[in-house]
Amino acid sequence: MARVLVGVKRVIDYAVKIRVKPDKTGVVTEGVKHSMNPFDEIAIEEAVRMKEKKTAQEVIAVSCGPTQAQETLRTALAMGADRGIHVEISAKEYETLQPIHVSKILAKLAQDEKADLVLVGKQAIDDDCNQTAQMIGGVLNWPTATFASKIEHGQGELTVTREIDGGLETIKVKTPAVLSADLRLNEPRYATLPNIMKAKKKPVKKVTAADLGVDISPRIEVVSVEDPPVRQAGSIIPDVDTLVGKLKEGGHI
Amino acid sequence: MALRSKVINLYKTLLYMGRDYPQGYDYFRDKLRKAFDKNRHETDPTQIKKMIVHGNYVIRELQALYMLKKYRTMKKRYYDESPKL
Repeated sequence: MARVLVGVKRVIDYAVKIRVKPDKTGVVTEGVKHSMNPFDEIAIEEAVRMKEKKTAQEVIAVSCGPTQAQETLRTALAMGADRGIHVEISAKEYETLQPIHVSKILAKLAQDEKADLVLVGKQAIDDDCNQTAQMIGGVLNWPTATFASKIEHGQGELTVTREIDGGLETIKVKTPAVLSADLRLNEPRYATLPNIMKAKKKPVKKVTAADLGVDISPRIEVVSVEDPPVRQAGSIIPDVDTLVGKLKEGGHI
Repeated sequence: MALRSKVINLYKTLLYMGRDYPQGYDYFRDKLRKAFDKNRHETDPTQIKKMIVHGNYVIRELQALYMLKKYRTMKKRYYDESPKL
C-alpha cells in the first residue's frame, strides 16, 4: 500500500479582497485572513479518500513557510492526514521562495519518507505559478499526471483522467508518481472544530531547508506588483445610430 | 446537565464556523447569539433535543454553503471563459 505525501500551502483566503502594498513590492499580508490553498484541500481530500479506501496506508502533509504554516498543517491533519512535516522558512526567505525550491524540498522529503505518491494542488491561488508538481516530477524523474480530475488505482499503476483544453485525457502512470489535483477531482470535507482539536495531538515534525540540503537562495527578483487595470465605466447611449457610430469608432464593425 | 453541555458544544461549533461566514464573523455571531438567547428559558428536554437537531442541520447547511461558494469562486476565477466579443 502506498504512502502519500501531500503538499499544502498557506495562502490569503480566497474571499479576501487583495490589496497591493503602496511601494509595489508585494501584497498586504499582515492582519489578513489566511487559509489553505483550495487546490491543496482537494489534494488532501483525495489522499484521505485513498486511505479510507485502503489504497493508501499513510498520508503525510507538508507545508513550507514561517511558523503560521503550522495552522495550515493543522487543517490538513484535521481533514485526515496522519502526520505533518513543517519545513520552516523564515518570513524574509519565504518572500523569495519559488516553486523550484518547494519542488526540491518536496522531492527530497518524498525520498526520505519513501513516499509512493506525491499529491499537490495544481496551483496556489496567490502566485498562480502552476509549476510545483511538474518540477517535483522532474527532480525525482517520476511520471507526472497534472490537472487530475479522476484517479483510479491499478496494480502498480494509476489511471488518471486529466482536464485539458476543451476535454479530458485519460492516461496511465506507473507508481511512484507525482499528481496535481484539479478543481473537479473531489469535494473537500470541512475541517470541523473537534477534528482541529484532535489534530493538535497528531505529530508534526519540524525541519529546515538546510537539513534537507536544499538551497533556497532567491532565483528571481520581484520588480513590481501592480493592481489589475480598473474596468472602464460604461455609458448609456440614446439611440441605435449613436451605438453604430460608437462601434465603428471602436473598430468592432 | 448532559443536554446543557451539548448545547454549549453546538454553540461553540457554530461560533467556530462563523469565522468563514460570507457576511463576516461579527454579523454571524450576533445572529447566533440572538438565536440561542431566544430559547434560553426552554426547559422541556424534548424541545431542547429538537433544537439541537436543528442546530446540527444548520451546521451541515453551512458546510455545504461554504464548499459551494468556494467551488463557484474558483470556477469563476479559473475556468469560466469570458464571453468573446
